Amino acid sequence: MKKCTYNYVINLDSLLKSFAMQRVIVVGNGMVGYKFCEKLIARSREYEIIVYGEEPRPAYDRVHLSSFFSGSNADDLLLASRAWYVENNIELYTSELVTSINREEKTVTTHLGKTDHYDCLVLATGSSAFVPPIEGVERNGVFVYRTIEDLHQITEYSKGAKVAAVMGGGLLGLEAAKALMDLGLKTHVIEFSPRLMPRQIDEDGSQVLAHKLTQLGISIHTNKGTRKVEGNGKLEKLEFTDGTSLSIDMLVISAGIRPRDELAKASGLCVHARGGIVIDENTRTSDPAIYAIGEAAVYNNTVFGLVAPGYEMAEVAARQFTGDSSKTFNGFDMSTKLKLIGVDVASFGDAFGDALGSVPIIIHDRRNGIYKRINISEDGKLLLGGILIGDASQYNLFHQMVVNRIPLPAQPESLIFGRGEADEGAGLKSLPETAQICACENISKGDLVFHISEKNVTTLDGLKENTKACTGCGGCTPMVNDILKLTLESLGHTVKKTLCEHFEYTRQELFDLIKVKKIKTYDSLLNVQGKGDGCEVCKPAVASLLASIWNEPITHQPTIQDTNDRYLANIQKGGTYSVVPRIAGGEITPEKLMAIGRIASKYNLYTKITGGQRIDMFGARVDQLPEIWEELINEGFESGHAYGKALRTIKSCVGSTWCRYGVQDSVSYAIFIENRYKGLRAPHKLKGAVSGCIRECAEAQSKDFGIIATEKGWNLYVCGNGGSRPQHARLLVNDVDTETCTRLIDRFLMFYIQTADPLTRTATWLNKMEGGLEYLREVIVNDSLGIGDQLEKNMTELIAHYECEWKKVVESKELRSQFSHFINSDETDSTLSFVEMRGQKYPANWKSSPQQ
Amino acid sequence: MEIVKELKTYTEDNTNGVKIWFKAARVIDFPENGGACVKYKGLQIAVFNFSRRKEWYACQNLCPHKMQMVLSRGMIGSTTGEPKVACPFHKKTFSLQTGNCLNAEEENISIFPVKVEDGFVYIGFTR
Repeated sequence: MKKCTYNYVINLDSLLKSFAMQRVIVVGNGMVGYKFCEKLIARSREYEIIVYGEEPRPAYDRVHLSSFFSGSNADDLLLASRAWYVENNIELYTSELVTSINREEKTVTTHLGKTDHYDCLVLATGSSAFVPPIEGVERNGVFVYRTIEDLHQITEYSKGAKVAAVMGGGLLGLEAAKALMDLGLKTHVIEFSPRLMPRQIDEDGSQVLAHKLTQLGISIHTNKGTRKVEGNGKLEKLEFTDGTSLSIDMLVISAGIRPRDELAKASGLCVHARGGIVIDENTRTSDPAIYAIGEAAVYNNTVFGLVAPGYEMAEVAARQFTGDSSKTFNGFDMSTKLKLIGVDVASFGDAFGDALGSVPIIIHDRRNGIYKRINISEDGKLLLGGILIGDASQYNLFHQMVVNRIPLPAQPESLIFGRGEADEGAGLKSLPETAQICACENISKGDLVFHISEKNVTTLDGLKENTKACTGCGGCTPMVNDILKLTLESLGHTVKKTLCEHFEYTRQELFDLIKVKKIKTYDSLLNVQGKGDGCEVCKPAVASLLASIWNEPITHQPTIQDTNDRYLANIQKGGTYSVVPRIAGGEITPEKLMAIGRIASKYNLYTKITGGQRIDMFGARVDQLPEIWEELINEGFESGHAYGKALRTIKSCVGSTWCRYGVQDSVSYAIFIENRYKGLRAPHKLKGAVSGCIRECAEAQSKDFGIIATEKGWNLYVCGNGGSRPQHARLLVNDVDTETCTRLIDRFLMFYIQTADPLTRTATWLNKMEGGLEYLREVIVNDSLGIGDQLEKNMTELIAHYECEWKKVVESKELRSQFSHFINSDETDSTLSFVEMRGQKYPANWKSSPQQ
Repeated sequence: MEIVKELKTYTEDNTNGVKIWFKAARVIDFPENGGACVKYKGLQIAVFNFSRRKEWYACQNLCPHKMQMVLSRGMIGSTTGEPKVACPFHKKTFSLQTGNCLNAEEENISIFPVKVEDGFVYIGFTR
């Protein structure tokens, strides 16, 4: 009863208020329409806001639409939940399309026949995909790439398809190509013009990009005009104007956008001849009570098809509502940086060098797939613009140099030759206060510095919360972080990477403390050096330190381990676990293969070969783990530590034993190394490989440590990485014998374990190391610090303490009892559910939250 | 999913409204500074033993982010003194005092009162 009364009061209150409040109707609930609401309520609560959106769900992040295919669900993409609109008194109507405007009466009518009155109207109707008038585009299997509904349809149709094409090699087209590739389709990109991304990059840049994409398995066809979409009902092939054709099962058209101006046009607002609602610098249309923002609007004969200028218009419009005309929309810098299918692409300022007297400086590194072009002014004093492909790490700096007219160094070419990363900090320092850092939210360096120095914001999260920087596309995050660090340092703060609120020490300091004070448990460390109750950050970090220092069984302290380490298995979707026995070097006897097959079959486990040459068995319930391991151990297997931040596998090629090219026995060495370091815990997972000759079939240069056989011995490479930011391992030493090689790996691994930050792979560790590879080589190979013997001794101790964790569990009744779903019942979790695909089981997909 | 719905209908509890004190398990069955899952009727309840603080907390076992029955396997700890649990899947953290999600915009979770008597752990339910 009480609750009802309360609700009633609120409603009555808002009702009374509404008599005095102006009604703002926002037509369109896309990214820009949403941003307008956010900006308006931040400035004024004097308006009643009503939003009509044609799509079934609230505004979502269209920029990251392709992440939908790589696992995100629709809810992850929402910019704000429905609850947000309610909390801010915004009336949101989804699945309701505004069909007409009566400007005299100041009303809008929706497709449901509802009429609503406005005092001010904001048109954020966005754009639709342009479908060129090609014969046959109406066939089944032809899609556009614009909304979540489009994605649903594409996903559904792709199940019966093998080959797909994207028409349009622009920004969005390449995003769509990635999506199709993620769906497992052979993907072609058809571009009418002679190059990819014709609006952003030049011919040579396009070639580098095309080459990279081809390597990833996407076929690129430029200079191809499509004449006809051929097929019998559904589409079967594309016919081109040059007489060639391409057989495909589905087509996604991404040939540009058309502003949605039909509503404006029908109500007599001024629209552009090529489409788009004409606005002035205050985002006002030809009717002073109506504004237009985002991709539906045309300013100065231009449609702005990016989110940042849309947000800028939303800001200008929101200010108009509070009588603030100090900020106007004057066009927008269309500089952009993005990661396309894992390839960095950036284009900024005068990218093509159109300005009079502009001089290009170009690096074209085909081998590494890097293209960098900067255009400098005739007198060599200013950077005008440029293009970066393959490595866009300098984009932020260059962009700021252009925008703020920062003088170039004496040798401007030095900007793009060499890695240039060391200069980034210096570049930031020279930026003026007005330099725009976050383009989406229009945050300047001065805004950030103000929050850091005057408002005592000292963390990146704090800056995000207080300024909203980094919350749009996220591209400015590294730069904001650098500004935070620089500013804190300049304020005399010692910028120290403490673990979390419970320990005011760095990982390396804790390493020394644990060692010197001979601390063996998390609790005693927290008592002596920390405060509070710990958390999910410091517990696993300390657990890893304890394991790296004492190598005592982690099962002694189960509740400080990450869930994978706690249950000695990898948690998977649905809450079951996967099991990976060690198969050192990838070598396995037929008998052991059959044993895995028998056990997997008995427990109905899904099996898959891993990237590290072993076999993963998925779908084990927590209570089955000890039984499965008991059987595996009886067959001679031991833990593969796939669950730990620990040594995983040493991959190998067959080497000189079988291969006609092999020069050393890579398999034997790989098995030796894997058994030597098995169970070794580190700040992050560790992977290695041994190749038997220069052909490098084991891909050792993508590993934390990789060994490649030579006629004389082994070359040792370190600090390589696959994953999201691949990095080749660097040559540490060449032509060493087996014993030396092993000794150097001992030192290298121990040095990494002792000095790296938590969850830092070796590649990042090296990138951050002062002095880089040269320094590392000095320490490891030339023993410049005189710690070589100590590192080797520490490693020997760790190796001597190795025990198979699973063997201990299987043999202990007490430890086994921890592997049950319920503490008060032997029943299993009844919510587990599986589906079948290709003759094996899979977990049912993530369930969505019932509220939305 | 049935279980999910039933759980959702539970409102925040306090000891006064408790009608049933369910005898879940012995204190010594629970790990120190960690949790375990208790089955009660059709429900799964995550119960946490904060041995350092000599406190006990209970909440739904379901993480609302991806609807997974796993919170009892999460690491526990505190942030500025407030006891919390971190979901093992994506490290969403929830206050065990209020049920609020602390590091993301997820739904709140249901929490339940816990008492310890004669070496046994009891969870309080309204029905």
